[in-house]
Amino acid sequence: MWTPGSTTVSGAPPLSSRDRFGAWRQLRKHRTALAGLIVLGGFLVLTTLAPAILPYDPNAADLDRVLLPPSLAHPFGTDHLGRDLLTRVVFGTRVSFLIGILAVAFSASIGVPMGLVSGVRGGVVDLVVQRFVDLLLAFPGFLLALTLIAVLGVGVTNVVVSVGLAAMPQYVRLARGVALSVKEQAYIEAARAAGVGEGRILVRHVLPNCLAPLIVQSTLRLGEAILVAAGLGFLGLGVKPPTPEWGTMLGEGQSYLFSSWYIATFPGLAIFLAVIAANLLGDGLRDALDPRLKQA
Amino acid sequence: MGRYIVHRLALALLTLVGVTVVIFLLIRLIPGDPARIIAGLLASDDEVRRLRVDLGLTHPLHVQYLIFFTGLLHGNLGISAATRAPVLEEIALRLRPTVLLAVSSIAVATLMGLAAGIVSATRRYSILDYVAMTLAVLGVSIPVFWLGLMLMLLFAVYLHWLPAGGYGTPASFILPTIALAAFSMGIIARITRSSLLETLSQDYVRTARAKGVPRHGVVLRHALKNALIPVLTVIGLQFGTLLGGAVLTETTFAWPGMGRLLVNSILSRDYPVIQGIVLTFAAMFAVVNLLIDLLYAYVDPRIHYG
Repeated sequence: MWTPGSTTVSGAPPLSSRDRFGAWRQLRKHRTALAGLIVLGGFLVLTTLAPAILPYDPNAADLDRVLLPPSLAHPFGTDHLGRDLLTRVVFGTRVSFLIGILAVAFSASIGVPMGLVSGVRGGVVDLVVQRFVDLLLAFPGFLLALTLIAVLGVGVTNVVVSVGLAAMPQYVRLARGVALSVKEQAYIEAARAAGVGEGRILVRHVLPNCLAPLIVQSTLRLGEAILVAAGLGFLGLGVKPPTPEWGTMLGEGQSYLFSSWYIATFPGLAIFLAVIAANLLGDGLRDALDPRLKQA
Repeated sequence: MGRYIVHRLALALLTLVGVTVVIFLLIRLIPGDPARIIAGLLASDDEVRRLRVDLGLTHPLHVQYLIFFTGLLHGNLGISAATRAPVLEEIALRLRPTVLLAVSSIAVATLMGLAAGIVSATRRYSILDYVAMTLAVLGVSIPVFWLGLMLMLLFAVYLHWLPAGGYGTPASFILPTIALAAFSMGIIARITRSSLLETLSQDYVRTARAKGVPRHGVVLRHALKNALIPVLTVIGLQFGTLLGGAVLTETTFAWPGMGRLLVNSILSRDYPVIQGIVLTFAAMFAVVNLLIDLLYAYVDPRIHYG
């Protein structure tokens, strides 16, 4: 966890230190989250304005200008096909964020309903869902996405599906946890007694309880999804060239690392920045919205 | 305790059997005729038909799985489509580099992560805490393959201190280990910090302090042992993340391990090898988590099993 103030401590430290650090802690907590938000917003603004402000075509090869080091005309240099790297990194924002956001949306939209039903229904349904989740979690980290891409093949849709499925267990667990904690509450019982149907109870009474942790989780997962997707791209298993995608560009740059350092450096920097921003924002949101989730 | 071990062992085995089913089904989901893929485009229809019989593809799916599973129990993982060598042999050749890299990385991540976490928790809100937690968030955000390339650029290309890749000398371990350990180090540091802070606020810690036990004694003897329980869980999970990261690190550093073989096999659609490697990784992950679970009993006598 990033912010030093992010652990709930039940036994109170001396009051004076709490007072001294309380305001400062609060401020910094929000400052880092704010910084994350600003960086993410900056990426989105930049990529929206890209066609208007950048003079180059991200995919047009120019064989007279290959492997040029950074200069005023090409601040990030050019790659082995003479394409302007700044242009490609900026356009790559679209692809990487699109994949990240879609992957997170995909895993939430499958994982959350599964978790809710599993938690509320219990019994055999719960057992089956939990074993399924355990099975997905038996594949170490990145390997599940990698295996899925091996089966599905490359391309934007398949990357979204692979990255999304690999992140799904977290959502199932989150939604199930919330469902379990609220299903014995009096207002659920009251709704049931009043004859409200199962589906309506889920959507109207259980789901809203998930929203705060869901927002936190999704922000943190966005960073992870961008990382995993970039990893696939780096291995040549992401989107198809010449689509500018950060990981794929990095992979291409690896072959030229010894002669042209800038090709791999800048796309990696972009990934790094985007992921830090998502993580900082996620950490800040967690502290603000969901004190229960304060463990790493 | 004995019952717990048996129970936990059974669960691990069951999970692994589940994993074999998932991989088996996934590989069969691939569009196209596996016999055609293995035989190559130049093979005649007759050859493909013969291969289909040889591979057992004419049997119904559940029979195919049973054949696959029985083979597995006999250590038969099939034949590589690319080299025609037994998959087991291909994996055995590359197991050592991967295991060594994973073990050195998890060791570095655990030592550094624990140290950073303890310093952060005991010197809360100090400059050291701030620096350690900043490094931790950088560690969990940096792409492992990019960190690897940047380390290579600095220490191999410009400074010439360390080799840029390859495997063999102890020096060749340094850069890949740092690159691979960074993420887990950050996670372990963060969980250690929050877990230790939580324990340090417990009544028994205050009692020990009140009785006059020196501060470091309280931290090391009383608090740390309890704080380690969630840390252990995370280390086990991180081992999985690390195995996944090894695929990227091995590709970055031309490391002759299973990860690089996996990537090459995916690129050349060598499904028997993909299947074998993913199974091996899952088995390693399961064994490590089994060991971690057993370690709980040792660390935390409060846990009763059975």
